[in-house]
Amino acid sequence: MECRDLARDLPSQPRRFLVQDINFSVERAEVLGIIGPSGAGKSTLLRLINRLDEPTNGSVLFRGQDYRSLDTATLRRSIGMVMQRAYLFPGTVAQNVAFGALQQGRTVSGSEIDELLSEVGLAGYVNRDARTLSGGEAQRVAITRALANDPEVLLLDEPTSALDEASRDSVQRLLESLIRERHLTCIWVTHSLEQARTMADRILVLEAGRIKTIGTPAEVLPRA
Amino acid sequence: MLEHYIPNQLERGVVQCLIAALAVLGVMLLAHRRTPGLLKEISFAELRGLLQIFAVGVILAALLRGPAWTSIFVLAGMIFAAASIVRKRAKQIPHAFVLAFTAIASGAGTILAVMTATGVIPLKILTLIPVGSMVIANTMNTQSIFLDRLRGEVISHVGEIESALALGATPDTAVERYLRAAFRSSLIPAVDNIRSLGIVWIPGIMAGMVLSGASPLYAALYQFVVLATIFSSSALACFVASHLVTRRIFSTHSQLLLRA
Repeated sequence: MECRDLARDLPSQPRRFLVQDINFSVERAEVLGIIGPSGAGKSTLLRLINRLDEPTNGSVLFRGQDYRSLDTATLRRSIGMVMQRAYLFPGTVAQNVAFGALQQGRTVSGSEIDELLSEVGLAGYVNRDARTLSGGEAQRVAITRALANDPEVLLLDEPTSALDEASRDSVQRLLESLIRERHLTCIWVTHSLEQARTMADRILVLEAGRIKTIGTPAEVLPRA
Repeated sequence: MLEHYIPNQLERGVVQCLIAALAVLGVMLLAHRRTPGLLKEISFAELRGLLQIFAVGVILAALLRGPAWTSIFVLAGMIFAAASIVRKRAKQIPHAFVLAFTAIASGAGTILAVMTATGVIPLKILTLIPVGSMVIANTMNTQSIFLDRLRGEVISHVGEIESALALGATPDTAVERYLRAAFRSSLIPAVDNIRSLGIVWIPGIMAGMVLSGASPLYAALYQFVVLATIFSSSALACFVASHLVTRRIFSTHSQLLLRA
């Protein structure tokens, strides 16, 4: 996947860019950490890659094709996204996990859902009402829901930032193990330099909507 | 009593309006401390409403001499005005005027045409315009509630809607839950009107028919006809709007455009 000259300006104020001149690529099974101060454009960048927002300039190459030539729903199924908050749908945990597959007219068997939930430490949660879950549990369901689509690239938009400390650590460990075991291609927006250092193959530093630097953790981050 | 002192009907009507307007102003003066600012607003609203309804009376008086088909233009004008009012309520929804006009015209137009064709509403200006105006006005209110509620639902559920989109859902699927909630809310007044008919209120048309000499039994049955027509028109308009609105609040690339 490759971003080419990607830019987006404020809809109300054209020529005031939220992000601009974004050029980078991500290799298969690579984890790219994105760090930068608040308002640097990190979430905007992920939204552009998932095409939740339209770039005002540039594009994304996905499987070598300009993503504007692909069907948006198919693209989004291939580029999964986990947001800062879980935003679960009303219904059971199983219904949330099966949501993505249902959009393709595919059903997910009970055993498949069981297996996925066990993988994220939520065995036995199949019939639980999604509204009764804690923040950490809800975020695990959101991660499972995204993985159930079997995405080629997973976008993580500070998935632990809205959680309490205990949940934050456990969800972070879960993501780390999922990424390693499944060899996921990931773009992970994080506030934690430590998280970026341990998880990312490369780190992209975003500042005022532009790429400040991109490189390996050793090149980009100060020594711990 | 007034009849005795003012035998001329038109003059009596003006005096009756004045007394009714004074009653409103009196109550507002009494409640002035609780709702400062409303006195001025209601005074202007009263004046505006009186002039508008009087103008309608003048137009009706002129139209009554013409053929029945001319009422189509009057009803079309009403739909146009209704859509303008709905647009103001749904400012954040792009091209809300066209949306509201299409929905109200489809809802009210279809139901009024069916009712007229079957003879339920007589093809006379004297009935078509007053009944049509009631149907259009109520359909307009339903549209306003529908779009306002939908806007509120969407704005407060942006995260859920975009999560659904990010999982590959179509815009229709992503907002289905909120469309349903808006649809249901918008029809509550129309449902309650039918449910409470005769118990809580005896609506204007029945009172009018009785006052003008119709049998109270026939007037009662006809009132049900009018309310059922209003409900059908409102529901059909919302149904049409619910199918058209998704294309206005999402881009062609399934991106949510409506935000706080």
